[in-house]
Amino acid sequence: MIIPCPFCGPRDLSEFAYCGDADNLAARPDPAASDQSSWNAFVYDRTNPAGDHAEIWQHAGGCRRHLRIVRNTVTHAISDVTMPGAKA
Amino acid sequence: MAEPFVSTPVITDAAESPLAGHYEQGEFGNLDRGARVTLTERFALAICDVCAWPGSETKAANAIKRASGASVTKTKDAIAEDAQAFQHAPGRWSVVAQNPALPEALAKAVGENGTVVDLSHGRTVLRIDGRQSRRALSKLFPIDFRSDAFPLEKGLATRHHEIFAQIQRVGEDAFDIIVFRSYARAFWHALRKASEEVGYAVA
Ligand SMILES: [Zn+2]
Repeated sequence: MIIPCPFCGPRDLSEFAYCGDADNLAARPDPAASDQSSWNAFVYDRTNPAGDHAEIWQHAGGCRRHLRIVRNTVTHAISDVTMPGAKA
Repeated sequence: MAEPFVSTPVITDAAESPLAGHYEQGEFGNLDRGARVTLTERFALAICDVCAWPGSETKAANAIKRASGASVTKTKDAIAEDAQAFQHAPGRWSVVAQNPALPEALAKAVGENGTVVDLSHGRTVLRIDGRQSRRALSKLFPIDFRSDAFPLEKGLATRHHEIFAQIQRVGEDAFDIIVFRSYARAFWHALRKASEEVGYAVA
């Protein structure tokens, strides 16, 4: 799989680290919270779409920026990549 | 403004290469058609990372040009006679120079437009040159090294497995590879291994 980084250009998957569901970030419990059921729900209870999925990847072996990517979970085709925080 | 912190400059006479004891000059590998790449350590250079505050990228690029001579812009990497610089992340440059006063000069030039970190003691610069350099590098990095995809002066960040590396094209077939000093010996062996097929000289 090749991910087109907005800064680095198309790069191999091996340079990237997956950081989770991009649309689930707001549901993260308070990091100081130790309530197991809310953490369990955040980590495991999620939709598992066969199709487009928004997710955060870090270009850890490149520019080190975090990217928001829309990836089709069936074909791995990437239809959108943005760099949160970057100016347009 | 607080005085910029500048670490002790590299003392060339006292510095020791991380490759000491593993840097054997000569020709090695498959020499049927001669040594088709040359490997070198570019030792005791000043190496800095410059990070511009958002919105100050052009000012930081101009500061790098003033301090090092490498005429980078917000979109262009550069090589000067005794310095080189490239943008490896948005608003972040690696600057390498022979002048040990580079960190101080950069800290002064960049001023309030960003930060300068002196990495001279923490990085090692290796060079591979020769017609088959791309063949050897392609075994190590998932990067397109072809001339049009990787033009002269361009630099980028990538990695060889877990060894983070920055690569800049410094000649027709020449590439500088910057790795962490603590990984330099391991990477040096990997680079030699990758070059065996095409025959290599250690200069
Ligand atoms: Zn990138």
